[in-house]
Amino acid sequence: MAAVLKPAPMPAPDAPTPAPAAEPAPLLQLQGIHLRFGGIKALQDIGFDVRRGEVRAIIGPNGAGKSSLLNVINGVYQPQQGQIIFDGQPLPQMRPGRAARLGIARTFQNLALFSGMSVLDNIMAGRNLHMRRGLLAQMVRLGPALHEEVANRQVVERIIDFLEIQAWRKVPVGRLPYGLQKRVDLGRALAMQPKLLLLDEPMAGMNLEEKEDMSRFILESREEFGATIVLIEHDMGVVMDLSDRVVVLDYGKQIADDTPDAVRNDPEVIRAYLGTATQQE
Amino acid sequence: MGFLIETVIAGLMSGVLYALIALGFVLIFKASGVFNFAQGAMVLFAALAMARLQEHMPWPLAFALAFLIMVMLAWLIERLVLRHLVNQHGVTLLMATLGIAYFLEGLGQMVWGDDIYPINLGLPKQPTLVLDKVIPGGVLISNEDLIAAISAAALVALLTLFFQKSGIGRALRAVADDHQAAQSIGIPLSRMWVIVWAIAGLVALVTGMIWGSKLGVQFSLSLIALKGLPVVILGGLTSVPGAIVGGLIVGLGEKLAEVYLGPALGGGIESWFAYLLALVVLLIRPQGLFGERIIDRV
Repeated sequence: MAAVLKPAPMPAPDAPTPAPAAEPAPLLQLQGIHLRFGGIKALQDIGFDVRRGEVRAIIGPNGAGKSSLLNVINGVYQPQQGQIIFDGQPLPQMRPGRAARLGIARTFQNLALFSGMSVLDNIMAGRNLHMRRGLLAQMVRLGPALHEEVANRQVVERIIDFLEIQAWRKVPVGRLPYGLQKRVDLGRALAMQPKLLLLDEPMAGMNLEEKEDMSRFILESREEFGATIVLIEHDMGVVMDLSDRVVVLDYGKQIADDTPDAVRNDPEVIRAYLGTATQQE
Repeated sequence: MGFLIETVIAGLMSGVLYALIALGFVLIFKASGVFNFAQGAMVLFAALAMARLQEHMPWPLAFALAFLIMVMLAWLIERLVLRHLVNQHGVTLLMATLGIAYFLEGLGQMVWGDDIYPINLGLPKQPTLVLDKVIPGGVLISNEDLIAAISAAALVALLTLFFQKSGIGRALRAVADDHQAAQSIGIPLSRMWVIVWAIAGLVALVTGMIWGSKLGVQFSLSLIALKGLPVVILGGLTSVPGAIVGGLIVGLGEKLAEVYLGPALGGGIESWFAYLLALVVLLIRPQGLFGERIIDRV
């Protein structure tokens, strides 16, 4: 499996100024992020960057603060200290709506789909920010509003084809099996045509076959839709093959930031996962 | 025969009004997952505003102004109450609407007065005789009721189109399903809530206007919302067609029961028949006739 999934490290397909030799400016930078809930220090002094077009993994044992970190990037939580720089723009106060408008999309660890709506409507909802026409025009579907609906629909159909869920287009997502719901979640995020795609445990609860499918979709998302990807997992296995660079968190602290191979052999990381270094292997 | 038809028509007419009340509940529930206890208070508030404004101006102008007031009210409710309760449990939001209900009842009577006020839409009061060639005695239809039913139907059609066909309708359904996910794809929750509460305000205004022009506007108008409860149970809390069919069934059922079972049971059936019907439906189909079946992963 590992061999099949090995990604070729490559520059972003949509990088505005492709400078093959020099390092392109990072899409996202986090500096000195501290997040507290009352007396609990959820995140302490987190700082790393995400380059354009890379797959960046954040791993760590349960309770390490991975989801909190994602929620900071997404604007659900506001850190007490630290700075987020997205696309060269420092952002003191991030909010979910703001993040969406800036081009940050996300999926959810515990599915948060619109379960009463069809697959098509769920993914169409992801086009919300791309709809500009007035209410009345939308209802009568004339002229520009019709054009807009058709254009949005084309984007959505491409995503549906890409994720191989054509057969379930009209089915309410609440009735789909778990693995397919995860795909719809990814599809809805892709429909935003995001610059940055945040995936919160996209493989959680999947069997091996579903994990392989999802890995393929994640890697192809980057190539087909030009998204930069930040990915959270607590299972090290599959992620190591997917990602270009890995940040490791433990008890809210950043204990490593390196390539998958280097992280795998880092004694600090092994200790975090296995308890003590002497217990390994 | 003529009498039966008249009873059926009268039942369907009051059913249309029940359906309108239920529609107010369903709209807000669908779009924000909140069971809005304040719908009855909103009907009273809107009707009072309309009745008092009408004393100074022609009714279409009073209607427009009252609608504007309901939009402002929706904005205030979002600003002062809902905004602070994002991602909270349904029960929390339900309690909040209970608070809004009492507040609105008090405010409405403070601002607009607590007397009985008429609303005069200039509708023809005299009934029309139809089918007098077919059935001996003919059938009397109230013109006022007929016009009311037609405008209610038009409103329902417009709202259905809005929810099913427009992008904003889709966004509203998305908000109803999951606040967090809706936010993450850039749907502005606050604006959506203002829109849906303003629509519920419009429905409340139309309900209050029709009801008020029949019976006058008074405090008891806020209690007709209680008749909306069996209707939504019957039709399903998530279904617009359910609200309409449920309203018609309740209206028709209670009129027929009153007329034909009343003498045998001692009368007064009209006041409790709807609740009995709702109870039976709850036992057989808890999700209502048209509601979405709730399947939980265990």
